Amino acid sequence: MIVNPIKNGVVLDHIHAGGAMSIYKALNLDKLGCQVAIIKNAESEKMGKKDILKICEPIDINFDVIGYLDPGITVSIIKDGKVAERKHLELPEKVEGIIKCSNPRCISSVEQELPSVFKLTDREKRVYRCIYCESKFKSQGDIK
Amino acid sequence: MRSLIDIKELSTAEIDELITVSKDIIANPVKYSEKCRGKKLATLFYEPSTRTRLSFEAAMYELGGNVLGFASSDNSSASKGESVADTVRVVSGYADIIAMRHPKEGAPLVASMHSLVPIINAGDGGHNHPTQTLADLLTINREKGRFDNLTVGLCGDLKFGRTVHSLIGAMSRYDNVKFVLISPEELRIPGYIKKEILDRGNIDYVETRSLEDAVPELDILYMTRVQRERFFNEDDYIRLKDTYILNSGKLAKAKKDLSILHPLPRVNEISVEIDNDPRACYFEQTLNGKYIRMALILKLLGVE
Ligand SMILES: [Zn+2]
Repeated sequence: MIVNPIKNGVVLDHIHAGGAMSIYKALNLDKLGCQVAIIKNAESEKMGKKDILKICEPIDINFDVIGYLDPGITVSIIKDGKVAERKHLELPEKVEGIIKCSNPRCISSVEQELPSVFKLTDREKRVYRCIYCESKFKSQGDIK
Repeated sequence: MRSLIDIKELSTAEIDELITVSKDIIANPVKYSEKCRGKKLATLFYEPSTRTRLSFEAAMYELGGNVLGFASSDNSSASKGESVADTVRVVSGYADIIAMRHPKEGAPLVASMHSLVPIINAGDGGHNHPTQTLADLLTINREKGRFDNLTVGLCGDLKFGRTVHSLIGAMSRYDNVKFVLISPEELRIPGYIKKEILDRGNIDYVETRSLEDAVPELDILYMTRVQRERFFNEDDYIRLKDTYILNSGKLAKAKKDLSILHPLPRVNEISVEIDNDPRACYFEQTLNGKYIRMALILKLLGVE
């Protein structure tokens, strides 16, 4: 399969196989007017299989969102056909508005429009805790 | 402007300072009787907790201040569906400091994000209750004159008891404190407390099911309630509940200077025959709660 190289835009590589669609949705790529290529199950020496997203327009990426969803992703910013910047992601210290607290006793279950905020409390084990009730939420790592 | 939502926010130096001020208040009450003249404390209690509310209100009155607020959400704006954020924005225009009790975990934190005045967490569900822990600490300090080199027994519901978890966290800051964790199998201390506080801090502790065996080595015995609803079946509850009731028989081999604490209310886990034992400190403990709340109000209001 051939997807033409892009001139200006963003490439998200090393997405967990099967994970491209959740990244697509989380970054609201459906709202873009430009070309977006979703490559599923590409061969990868490192990963066996992987997904890739190519976006033919320079856009602002919310690194916290994708870092949380899949910290293994490599982000390349393409300018004039060349890689201008390459970023390896890591788990963000804080995630806002991506996950919700499931504790029914948490204030976030009743308070109007309270932003859902989680803090990373254990990087090794990928533990996030709700800032309000401190309930644990485990990062999926592998996207489901 | 600072709030107190979680005891962990206080440094050891700040806790020591609160203890020192509390002791000075106890020794010289008149010196403090006008310190908060013209200031108002709002007690926003979204669920009833008469004991805690009265303690806060008495604390403010003894500082010469005034009190306003509500004692349950039944006839307050909360019952009309107003958010915590909105209520606090409004009330912080009327009061200089707010004590909030709320059944939802994290509500006082939300309040502190929107308030123009300091917020004191007066209990948020099963989550935090920092002024209870401060009252426990003041009691231990007044009884023992120190926080280090103590063997602290904690007995009863160690699984769900938030006061137990906070007290372990607070006492772990001091040198050579040993914990004896006394509970039925079903109500043992959660793994994360062991891992995140005890193991991480390299703190000495043992777990046991027998109160009687543990008693002789203790300097402090912190009793908590074993609640019926924590058990899956009635038989287990009936079998176990007497094991964790403190009576004079179980105290036979205790140290002469043991201090017995309980956050109250007691149901039956301490026999009334202990009440007149000089080692019983639980009524002083509630009184200490008032003094430490006075010290805390002064600190958060920045009153010298
Ligand atoms: Zn929560």
